[in-house]
Amino acid sequence: MRARRFNSEILITYLIKILGYSAIIFVGLIFYFLISEGFPAIREVSFSEFLKVRWYPIEDYYGILPLLVGSIIVTVGALIIAVPIGLLTAIYIAEIASPTTKEVLKPLVELLGGFPSVVLGFLGLLILSQYLREILALPTGLSALTGALILAGIAIPAIVSISEDALDTVPQSYRDASLALGATEWETIWMVTLPAARSGVLTAIMLGIGRAIGETMVVLMVTGNAPMMPEGLATFINPTRTMTATIAAEMGEVANGSTHYHVLFFIGIILFLIALVVNVTASTFVFRRKKRSERILS
Amino acid sequence: MQFKLSYLVFVVVLVITACSTRSGDDASSPSDESEYLNNVGSDTMVNLALAWAEQYQDDNPQASISVSGGGSGTGIASLINKTTDVANASRKIKSEEIDNAQQNGIEPVEFVVARDAIAIIVNPENPINELSLQQLSDIYSGKINNWEELGGEDRPIVRLSRETNSGTHVYFLEEVLRLGDNDDKTLFSPDTLLLPSSEVIGAEIRSNPNAIGYDGLGYVTLDMKVVAVADASQQDIKYIFPSPESVNEGTYPIARDLYMYTAGEPVGFVKTYLDWIFSPQAQDIVTQLGFVPVQVQ
Repeated sequence: MRARRFNSEILITYLIKILGYSAIIFVGLIFYFLISEGFPAIREVSFSEFLKVRWYPIEDYYGILPLLVGSIIVTVGALIIAVPIGLLTAIYIAEIASPTTKEVLKPLVELLGGFPSVVLGFLGLLILSQYLREILALPTGLSALTGALILAGIAIPAIVSISEDALDTVPQSYRDASLALGATEWETIWMVTLPAARSGVLTAIMLGIGRAIGETMVVLMVTGNAPMMPEGLATFINPTRTMTATIAAEMGEVANGSTHYHVLFFIGIILFLIALVVNVTASTFVFRRKKRSERILS
Repeated sequence: MQFKLSYLVFVVVLVITACSTRSGDDASSPSDESEYLNNVGSDTMVNLALAWAEQYQDDNPQASISVSGGGSGTGIASLINKTTDVANASRKIKSEEIDNAQQNGIEPVEFVVARDAIAIIVNPENPINELSLQQLSDIYSGKINNWEELGGEDRPIVRLSRETNSGTHVYFLEEVLRLGDNDDKTLFSPDTLLLPSSEVIGAEIRSNPNAIGYDGLGYVTLDMKVVAVADASQQDIKYIFPSPESVNEGTYPIARDLYMYTAGEPVGFVKTYLDWIFSPQAQDIVTQLGFVPVQVQ
């Protein structure tokens, strides 16, 4: 009896270990594949060519700069809108809302996060871009602004659900102590609860960044896909082209092994590196060791 | 516990055997015995190819024809990679692609199966009725930026285009932007919107009075306004609207042939199908879809 249980325990531990390591192996394999397919691009196209501002691959113009800038512009725009709204919504749901309101709001926000992005892109194309064109008197509604707005709509549920969980985890003793010392409710939230939950909140924001920069269908449909460099203040309302949309639109036509193929994988490497940096930054905050004061209090 | 494990293994093995590929999938040559044909390529032609496939399969239930789009470049690449029997293309095969094919042991054979015209479309509220090829080239290369310069309203021009993997895009680049000159290096203006499909172009044209776009004649709907085009380099400047008559007569300046490419001379079912495509019944379908039928020999 005891011998059988002992064997199955070892087996299960082994299995779980293998599955856990497999995540690392998969990431490693993906990275290896990206490098092996994308690295030839550096040999075939000179580095200075990548820094040019014209992206027109069918005529060998491989300037990646407009694509990089495009991805950054829509992501930054999305975050400027999504982080304040997401954070304040999370604070409302976690700290201020009554339990019944909370029961209703939280699932609704999760529902918003479950929308397929292509549906939101479609709505953006048919409805939002037309309104923006009329209201802001733009030449066209297919612009970075439209893309940023819809990306914000996708990032907000991600930010809200994780921030809200993080705020919930803060021990009630922190809030009680703060109120007992005479702080108002808002002072408690802003200066005690939120800083205590900051690792979770930062994770949420990093997740929002990751979703925004990796989003493909939405930007393919509403940003206009024009590889333009920024022109001062008009940048946000001009059309733009992101790296993800470029890969999605062009990967179908490229012949296996051609320069264009390698350059697209190179763009994939850049995206992978950006995601890596974002995630590593997030994990340094998540896995920070608790300060002695926090360990004592909680 | 053990009983459940063996049941699970049994189910997994069943699923894996059910997912095995068909024997005809990676055929490198047209299959002579089975009536199965794979047809990949031009998005301009995909509706036409689908209509042909459906009609043929209706008449011949034992046949099985699979059609997909992806662009002329994708179709020719598939032919070279031996993953398709017939490649649809809205542009001629390039010499690099012919070289690639020959290196893979394939000799591409070309058939002109229909003709197409590129229509220039604007918003129905736009007062402009006619444009010359030179004006179109200047609009799309960024030299003309306001409709006023063409006699229209004071509005910025928003240029719409298909993506670079579309044969229509390449055709427009060569014949309109560069006016047929192979040494010309003019490019689209960087703020040209490269939209992923004809439907997206249509949505923007219908709602944006600033927009101008182009697409195959088969994709123009009644709620778009088509502009007459003239080849201003000719002595006698006549603005022609695109239609089956003007394309077959050769008077519409922006018209092209639609091709199907096979690996080597077609044999077996591929030959049967291609012969059928030149029949009056199939060419009727070409007309129904807004393209122009070829002269049947």
